[in-house]
Amino acid sequence: MFLESLPMIFVLIGLVFYVVLGGADFGAGIWQALAGGGEEGERRRDIAHDAMAPVWEANHVWLIFVLTVMWTAYPVALGSIASTLAAALLIAGFGIFVRGAAYALRSATTTPREQRRIDAGFSAASVLAPFALGAAIGGIASGRVPVGNAAGDLISSWVNATSILTGALAVAFSAYLGAVYLCADSVRHFGSDQTEWFRARALASGVVAGALAIAGLIVLRADEHRLYHGLLAGDGLPAVIVSVLAGAGTLALVAARRYEPARYSGALAVAAVVAGWALAQEPLILPGLTVSQAAASHATLVAVVIAVVAGALILFPSLALLFRLTLGGHLGGHGGTASEAPSTTREVLAASAPKLGLRAAGASLLIGIAGTNVVDAAWARPIGVAGLLGFMVLGFLAARPDLDTG
Amino acid sequence: MLAEALGPVQQQHLLEARQMQALSFAVHIPLVCFGTAFPAMVLFTEWRHQRTGDPLLRTLARRWTRVMVALFAVGVISGTILSFEMGLLWPNFTATFGGVFGLGFAIEGFSFFMEAIFIGIYVYGWERLSPRAHLLSGIPIVVSGFTGSLMVISVNGWMNHPGGFRWVGGRAVDVQPWRALFGNSHFWHELVHMYLAGYIVTGFCVAAVYALARERGRWSRYERTALAIPLTVAALAAPVQVLVGDWAGRSVAKDQPTKLAAMEGLGKTTKGAPVHVLGWYSGGEVKYGIAIPRGLSLLARHDPNATIRGLDAVPARDRPPVNVVRIAFQTMVGIGTLMALLGVVFLFTRWRRGGLPESRWFYRAVVAAGPLSLVALIAGWVTTEVGRQPWVVYGYMRTSQAVTGAGGIPVGYATLAIVYAAVAVGVVWILTRLARAPLPEAGG
Ligand code: HDD
Ligand code: HEM
Ligand code: HEM
Repeated sequence: MFLESLPMIFVLIGLVFYVVLGGADFGAGIWQALAGGGEEGERRRDIAHDAMAPVWEANHVWLIFVLTVMWTAYPVALGSIASTLAAALLIAGFGIFVRGAAYALRSATTTPREQRRIDAGFSAASVLAPFALGAAIGGIASGRVPVGNAAGDLISSWVNATSILTGALAVAFSAYLGAVYLCADSVRHFGSDQTEWFRARALASGVVAGALAIAGLIVLRADEHRLYHGLLAGDGLPAVIVSVLAGAGTLALVAARRYEPARYSGALAVAAVVAGWALAQEPLILPGLTVSQAAASHATLVAVVIAVVAGALILFPSLALLFRLTLGGHLGGHGGTASEAPSTTREVLAASAPKLGLRAAGASLLIGIAGTNVVDAAWARPIGVAGLLGFMVLGFLAARPDLDTG
Repeated sequence: MLAEALGPVQQQHLLEARQMQALSFAVHIPLVCFGTAFPAMVLFTEWRHQRTGDPLLRTLARRWTRVMVALFAVGVISGTILSFEMGLLWPNFTATFGGVFGLGFAIEGFSFFMEAIFIGIYVYGWERLSPRAHLLSGIPIVVSGFTGSLMVISVNGWMNHPGGFRWVGGRAVDVQPWRALFGNSHFWHELVHMYLAGYIVTGFCVAAVYALARERGRWSRYERTALAIPLTVAALAAPVQVLVGDWAGRSVAKDQPTKLAAMEGLGKTTKGAPVHVLGWYSGGEVKYGIAIPRGLSLLARHDPNATIRGLDAVPARDRPPVNVVRIAFQTMVGIGTLMALLGVVFLFTRWRRGGLPESRWFYRAVVAAGPLSLVALIAGWVTTEVGRQPWVVYGYMRTSQAVTGAGGIPVGYATLAIVYAAVAVGVVWILTRLARAPLPEAGG
C-alpha cells in the first residue's frame, strides 16, 4: 500500500515545486505585461526577465518530471487524463512553447521595440499556460475525467465552473508568487528602485488570490460536493488552515518588507493547497480508480522509487548550486572583460605528439572495426565501440583543430 | 492480439496523429543534436583558450555559447510538446506499457534537470565564475546530453525489440523495467548511431556556416579556426558512422526481419539475396535498381549464401509501407557515404599537411553537407519508425490500438504545424541576428 502511494507523493512534491517555481516564472511573465511604459517599464521588464532567464529551464523540468513519473507509475490514470483533457493540455503546451520561444528570441533582440513585442507574446502565454493547467486540474479534482481513452468530454471536462475557478486561481497564485520573488530579487541585485513597485503588486495580487480562493470554496460547494467536504470537513482541513495562515503571513511579511522569508511562506501556502487537494481526494485519483488500483506493477514501482531517490541525490545539490549562484548575483550579463589565461610551455612539447597520436588512432580504429563489423558476437561490441571512440578522440587531438596553420 | 488497457476506440484521424508525431520529432531531433554535441565543442574551445591564452578562442566559445543557449531553449520546448503528445496522441500506449518503458523517461527527466541547471550556470556564468569553475560547470552539460539520449533511445530500442514483460490477455505482467530498457540487445547500436549523428549534424552544420563565409570572402583566422573545430569532429564521426550503420543493419536483420525486408525491398524470402541501389519497389520486387548479387546476404549475415526473410513471410497487414522505408534508407546511406568521403579527404589534408584544404569545391561540399546531414538524420528516423509500422510496440501493439479516442486531432495538427513554421522562422531570425551581432570582444 505504501509503495503504491510513494510515487504519488513524488508526483505531488514535483507538482508543488512546479507550482512554486514554475508559477513564479509565469508570474514574472505576467508582470512584464503590466510593467507599464517608458523607461521605468523597460527596467521592470528587464528585472523580471533577468531574474528568470538562468532558472526557467530548470523550473520547467518539474512539469516533465510530474508527467513521466505519472505515466510510469500510474499509466492508466495518465492515459485517461491526457486523452480526456487533450484540449486543455494542448493549450498549456502551446503556452509553454511560446514562452520558451520568447526566451530564445529575446536573446537575439537588439532594440527595446523588438523586446517589447516579444515580451507581449511572452506575457500572454504566461497567463494562458497556468490557466489551462489549472483548468485541467480542476477537471480532475471535480471528477470529470473518467477512466478510459477519451471517455470524458473534450470540452466540458475543463470548461466548467470549478475548472475556470482553478484556472483563475493558478494565474492569481502565479502573479502573486512572481511579485514576491521579484521583490526579493530586485532588492538583492538590481538596486531597490523598483522594489516598491513590485511590493505593491505583490500585496494587491495576494489579496486577489485570497479572495479568489474564498470564492472558490463557494463555487466548489455548488459544483462538486465531495471535494468541498473533503476540504472543509475531511482530511483536507488542516492543510487548508495551514494555507490560509501561510498566505496571510506572506502578506504580512511583504508589507513589512521582509522579502526573503516571504518567498518561503508563499511557497508553503501553495504547497498546502496542493496537499489539501490530495488529502481531500484520497484515495481516489479518478472516479472509481484508487491510487493503488492505478499503480503499475511492483517491480516498476520499486524501479521508479530507486530512480527518483537516486536522481534526487544528484538533483538537489545541483539545484542548490544554481539558486545560490543566481540569488547571489553570480550569474548574468553578457559583456565584460576577458579573463586572464596562462599560456603554457607544454604546448611546445605537445606539438611533437601528433605523429604518435595518429598511429594510436589508427590502431584504435582497427580494434573498433574488428569489434563492430567483423566479429559477430555480443562480447565484442563494447570493445568495438571503445575502439571507434578512441579513434575519434585520438584523431581529433592529432588534427590539432584549434591551431590555425594556414 | 488486443492490447487495450483503456478499451478500444475508433480514430478516423490516425494518419494525422502519426504525422503530428512525425512532425514533432522532425523538429525536436535536429535541435537536440546541437544539445548533445555543441556543448562538447564549446568546452573544447574554452579549454584550449584557457591553456593557450588565445583570445580568439574565447571569442569563439562565447559566440557559440549564445547560439547554443538559443537552440537549447527551442529544444526544450519541442521536447515538452513531445512529452505531452505521448499522453495526448497515444494514451493507450502509455496506459498499457507505461509501467514497462516509463522508467526510461523518468530517469531522463533528471538528465534534463542537470542539463538545464548547468546550462543556466554555464551561460550566465561567463563573467562571474573563475575560469576553472566555469569550465567545470560545462562538463555536466555534456554528460547529461549523453544520458538524456541514452534514456530516450532505450525506450525506442525497447519499442523496436520489446522485452522485460510477459503478455497475458492484452496486458503486460511480470514487468521487469530495468531488463526491458537496458538488457535489450537492440538498443546499443541505436544509441551509438544517434549519438554520432548528433556530432555529425552539429559538426557539418556549424562548419557549413563558416564555409559559406569563405565563399563570401570572409576568411580570417577567426573563420578558419571556427571551421576547423567542428569540421574535424564531423569528419571523424562520419566514417565511423558507416561502420556503426553496418552494425545497426545486422541488428535489424536479426531482430526485425520485416523492417530489413522493407529497407531493401525484398519481396520474397531469398537464399543469397542481392542488394539493390536506387530503383522503386513494386509488385514484390525492386524495379530499375542496380543489383549487387548476394550483397544483402553478405552484409546482413556475413555469408553470401544466407537466407534472408522477405516481406512475404508476414501477412500484408503486418508490412510497413515499403517505398517510404526503402527510399529513406537509401537516402541516409547515400548521404552517409558521401559525407564519410568528405571527412576522409579533410582528415588526410589535416593530418598530412596540417592546414585546411584549398579547393573551392571542398568548401562547397561542406556547405552542402550541413543541410544534407539533417536530411540523413531524419531519413534514418523514418527508416526506424516507419519501418516498424504497423506496430508501435513491435509485435505487441499496433499504432492504431495506441491512438487516442479524442476528437480534434486535425485541429491540433494544423495548430502545431503553424507553430512549428513560426518556430522555424524564429530560429532562422535568431541565428542570423546572432551571426551579425558584434563580437563580444575583439579577436585576432
Ligand atoms: C547523420 C545522420 C546519419 C548518417 C550519416 C547515417 N545514419 Fe543510419 N540512422 C541515423 C542517422 C544516420 C538515425 C540517427 O536517424 C537512426 C534512426 C534510428 C537510429 O538508431 O539511428 C538511423 C538508423 C539506421 C538504421 C536502422 C536502425 C534500427 O532501426 O534499429 C540502419 C540500418 C542504419 N541507420 C544504417 C546506416 C548506414 C549503413 C549508414 C552509412 C552509410 C548510415 N546509417 C548513416
Ligand atoms: C513513445 C511513443 C512513440 C510512439 C507512439 C511513436 C509513434 C510514431 C509514429 C506513429 C510515427 C509516424 C510514423 C509514420 O509517419 O507513419 C513516428 C515517427 C517518428 N518516431 Fe516514433 N514513436 C514513439 C516514440 C519514439 C521515440 C522514443 C523516438 C526516438 C527516440 C521516436 C522517433 C520517431 C521519429 C524520428 C519519427 C519521425 C519519422 C518522420 O519524420 O516521418 N519515436 N513515431
Ligand atoms: C519520444 C521521444 C522524446 C521525448 C518525449 C523527448 C522529450 C524531451 C523533453 C521534455 C525535453 C525538454 C527537457 C527540458 O525541459 O529541459 C527534451 C530535451 C532534450 N531531448 Fe528529447 N525527447 C524525445 C526524443 C529525443 C531524442 C530522439 C533525442 C536524441 C537523442 C532527445 C534528446 C534530448 C536532449 C539532448 C534534450 C535537451 C534539450 C536540448 O539539448 O535541446 N530527445 N526532450
